[in-house]
Amino acid sequence: MISSLTAENLACARGERKLFEQLSFRVTAGQALAVEGANGAGKTSLLRMIAGFLSPADGRLVVKTATGEITDGEERGKLVGWLGHHDGLKPQLTVIEQLHFYAALYGTASERAMLDRVGLTRQADLPCRYLSAGQRRRLALARLLVSGRSLWLLDEPFAALDAAGQSLVGQLMARHCGSGGIIIAATHDPLGLGNESLKL
Amino acid sequence: MSPFLTLLTRDIKLAARSGGGAALALSFFALVATLMPLGVGADLKLLARIAGGVLWVGAVLAALLSLDRLFQGDFEDGSLELIALSPLSLEMTSFAKIAAHWLSTGLPLTLLSPLLALMFNLAPAPMAILFVSLLLGTPAVSAVGAIGASLTLSLKRGGLILPLIILPLLAPVVIFGAGAVAAVSDGMAGTGALELLGAFAVAAVLLSPFAAAASVRLNLGN
Repeated sequence: MISSLTAENLACARGERKLFEQLSFRVTAGQALAVEGANGAGKTSLLRMIAGFLSPADGRLVVKTATGEITDGEERGKLVGWLGHHDGLKPQLTVIEQLHFYAALYGTASERAMLDRVGLTRQADLPCRYLSAGQRRRLALARLLVSGRSLWLLDEPFAALDAAGQSLVGQLMARHCGSGGIIIAATHDPLGLGNESLKL
Repeated sequence: MSPFLTLLTRDIKLAARSGGGAALALSFFALVATLMPLGVGADLKLLARIAGGVLWVGAVLAALLSLDRLFQGDFEDGSLELIALSPLSLEMTSFAKIAAHWLSTGLPLTLLSPLLALMFNLAPAPMAILFVSLLLGTPAVSAVGAIGASLTLSLKRGGLILPLIILPLLAPVVIFGAGAVAAVSDGMAGTGALELLGAFAVAAVLLSPFAAAASVRLNLGN
């Protein structure tokens, strides 16, 4: 379990261009942080940095856990539940196969009940190529739940979802924070969690 | 099931279901091997002489067909990020992908080779050596190919540049593989070439996951 994530004077450079610098924030267990900013401000880059894909040009990220501090990017990534721009679904695999694959890969258990929670029970045996954009997003949410990770990094979590889907995301996020998880979400819409927000 | 086996079986399943995979490589291999005698003519001695080289080159090119998608598919749809965040290290991820590619391409090509060797009038002894050399050498093709695939994974038409990167690196495999067959045809043992081929394959399979992982890391950071 993660007790806190601290960013100290982070800077992000893409090529010659500086996206942001001197960025500091702290999120503790049970909190959510909304990352806001115009298109191209570096929201996704910040999430990729936290996930350990990008190295900060300057500054550092520290994760405090029960067993100690983690500063290494790749080690931090092993705590991350990722919901990116892309859903990571294979058109040839069925919905349930997809979920079983990620559960086995992350070493957790998956059940059909998980599909109930995101409203995909009827599509369980359908190949992913037949899913709509919103249904794919719902499956990505189920996968996020199955990953069992405590640090959620969400890139536009409301994208492509209908009203019911958006309120589902709200519920899932509220439950995750309620159970001591951390959420950092890049978004243009309010998260509705009484959370703080970070302007890039 | 362990994360490693999970990824391995998924990749094999995907190769089988996308219609590409083994079927495509096998048909390509069979077609090349069929066209060659038609082009060269019905000189049985000559055909037996060139069989090792032709079938080896055919097998390498056939294996190449599906190599460019080794990481690219997962990179484009976001699966690679999710795999990178999983407990499986990128080195083991690369190794699983190499193994899956060999099982779905290299192994079927090897199994088909004796049948195609018949068309080249290859005698039983060199045919057996061809089989063994493909069995030893095709894992090296998948392994070296993984390095090229990881370097080109973010390029839209990466499949075009991939052969330019890996074919020169695969020259030793073809030289030793075809060399062993030629040696046996000439009445020699051919074990020297096989040993070198085996050594190259072991080195390639053990080292290339590290190179591929480093390159995947670099691409994910972009």
